[in-house]
Formats: sequence, C-alpha cells, structure tokens
Amino acid sequence: MEWDWGFVADIMPTLLQGLKLTLIVTLLSAVVAAVLGLGFAIARRSANRNVARPVAFVVEFLRGTPLLVQLYFIFYVLPDAGILLPPLVAGVIGMGLHYATYTAEVYRAGIENVPKGQWEAARATNLTMRQTWVHVVIPQAVPPMIPALANYLIAMFKETPLLSAITVLELMNQAKSVANSSYRYIEPMTLVGAFFLAMSLVSVVILRWLERRYGRLGK
Amino acid sequence: MAEWSGYLTLILLGALVTVQLTVMGSALALVVAFLAGLGRIARWWPLRWLATAYIEFFRGTSIFVQLFWVYFVLPFAGVTLSPLAAGVMALGLNVGAYGAEVVRGAILSVPKDQREATVALNLTPYQRMRHVILPQALPLMLPTFGNNAIELLKATAVVSLISLTDMTFQAQVVRAQTGSTLVPFLTILALYFLMALAISSGVRALERRLTAGLDGVR
Repeated sequence: MEWDWGFVADIMPTLLQGLKLTLIVTLLSAVVAAVLGLGFAIARRSANRNVARPVAFVVEFLRGTPLLVQLYFIFYVLPDAGILLPPLVAGVIGMGLHYATYTAEVYRAGIENVPKGQWEAARATNLTMRQTWVHVVIPQAVPPMIPALANYLIAMFKETPLLSAITVLELMNQAKSVANSSYRYIEPMTLVGAFFLAMSLVSVVILRWLERRYGRLGK
Repeated sequence: MAEWSGYLTLILLGALVTVQLTVMGSALALVVAFLAGLGRIARWWPLRWLATAYIEFFRGTSIFVQLFWVYFVLPFAGVTLSPLAAGVMALGLNVGAYGAEVVRGAILSVPKDQREATVALNLTPYQRMRHVILPQALPLMLPTFGNNAIELLKATAVVSLISLTDMTFQAQVVRAQTGSTLVPFLTILALYFLMALAISSGVRALERRLTAGLDGVR
C-alpha cells in the first residue's frame, strides 16, 4: 500500500477536529490534576493521621493501577450507582484524578525543598502561619515546581489517546474511525504519531527553557 | 457461586498474560535502555545521534499510538506481528527510551575522578565499565527502574485494545457476559495494585543487596 497525499488532505480536517478536542481535554484535566494534587499534598501533610493515612493509601492505589482501567471504572461502574457521566467528563475526571497523584508528589517535593531555616526564621520573626506561607514558603517553593508540572502536562497530553477507549472523539479516535471506514491505516495512524511527536518536540524546547528560567527540583 | 469461580478463572488467566507481558517487556526495556543509554554518551557521533533520535521518538509519542502503529501499519510494510509480540515490542521500546535517560544520568553522576583513576590504572574500556563505573551507577538506577517497571505494568492494560487477552480484556469480557461492572473492575484494580506492590518491594530488596558493600563510598 502506497502513501497517498490526496487521502491525507481529505482526512486532515477530521484529524484537526480531533486534535482540538485532545487539547481541550488536556487543559481541563490539567486544571483538575493541579487542584486535586494540591488537595492530596495538603491532606498527606495533615497532622491528623486519620486523614493522612487513608489519603496516602488512595494516592498509592491510583498510582499503582492503570489509567485505562480507572477510566473503565468511572465510565462503566459509576452509572450502576446512578452517576451517569458524559464520556468527556468521565475522561477529564479520570485523567485529572490519575495525574493529581503525580502532581501531589511535585507539590510535596517543592515544599520540602524550602530549607528548614526559612520556616524557623519565619517563626522567629513572629510571622503568622498565613504570612509564612504567602511571603516565605510559596515564593520559594513554586518556581522549581513549574518545570516538573509542565512535564506532567506533556505526559497527560500524550495519554489522551486512552480516552478513545471510552468513546471520546479525540485525535486517536477520529483517526481510528477514518481508518475503519476507508480501510486505510497507514496515513491516519502515521499522522497521529507525527502530530504527537511534533507537539512533544516543541514542548521539550519549552520545558528546557522553563528549567533554565526557574531551576529544577533537586531529587 | 460456581459461575463466579469460572469468571474468576478467566480473569486470572488474563493476569498470567499481564505478568508475561510485564516480564518480557521489562527484559526488552532493560536491554534497550543500556544500549541507548550507553549510545548517548558514546564518543562516536553517529551512535550518539541514533540513540538520541530513538529516545526522543519513543518519548515523544505515547505507548498507545506506538502500539497501534506497530499493529496496524507495520503489516503493510510486510511485517506482521502477533498481538503478543507487538505488545512486548511496543512496551519494551517505549519504556526502554525512558530507561536510557536513567542509565545515562546514573553513569554521568559517577564522580569524574573514578574514571580518571581507571585510565591511570590502564584498565580497558570494558574493565572500566564492568568493575568501576557500573557497580557505582547501578544502585542509582534501581529506584527509577522500579518506577519504570510499574509504569510498564500499567501500560500493559493498553494491549487489551489490540485484542490481546490480558487482565483488562478479560474484565471487559466478564462485564459483557454478566452485566456486572463493579466486581470485575474492582478485582483487576486490586490485582494490578498487588503486582505494583510486588515490583516495588522486589526492587527495594535488590537495592539493599546491591548497596550492601557500598557503605562509606557514597
């Protein structure tokens, strides 16, 4: 089978439509992951062990199981409990929840990265807890987190094809439906790969820049 | 009750396929990681360039896209792989690309004077690697390798989409036949989690053994 540029031109609008949805899903899930991750990180730091322990277990469980199965769980099991979600919402919740467990680690590392002396100095100068966080800890903790968070944004973008398994019409699903109706697999599949490769090569450049600008978290 | 044991057997058969994929994929990933990781720091530039292209390519697209490409596009180029072979290949090459960066980072983090000392002692390049550099670099690689192996285990779920009968595929079969959703999915989630725990505790044990003689060195 030969590569056919005419066919490429034909399917391009459909694929671009899929790409648009892919980007929307990525951004929405990223917001969910950023917010929920902060929640997880704070809950794990909680002095109350009845909060910290169960949250730690939930985070470990979500990290140790496949995103695809979690998506199936949200998409197939929740409706039996009376919670019927549209595929897009189910996908965003699933992706956001899964990656929140990763961003939580970034927040944790970022906060622990602030030297203990800074906390002690804040206490010595009689700052309130709020002032300590707003004026001392956050300004030092956040910049090194930015590259690490961006890294997970890219990872989420690459994982979006999984949502095709729960019938979200993103890039991969558009490509599959085009391929199945025309019996031509080479062009759609290769183009999807090319799209992802191009986007991620660009994002690697941006990531390097972010790392230079904000530094990176020490291991 | 008798029915359920039948369905459970189905899921356990799938678990066997998942374990098989994880073990074979990890083995391939390990080999590829060392080849590409050493290639990236090779002195000969075509080798360096080749390794970089491989790593960027496989890290730039997701396992899902690669798997579909291997399974659906390669047959047109005359290469037809069984679903299992396609799965192992895609998983191994994908995770191997991540592992290659770990290998490179760990080797480069061995202090420079160690390398200079081996040159001064007139060791061959093979001896330098085998007896001086790797024994110090391996313990640094292990924790990340463990995480990579868990990522690989999680990625095996994707092969169910190219009709390989792994655990996720079997759970879908059970769902389709019984209409019950909670039991099959909760069962496989628990099984995946147990496998991930097994990997992380295995790697920790290995780490303890490898670092046993290194106290005081680092």
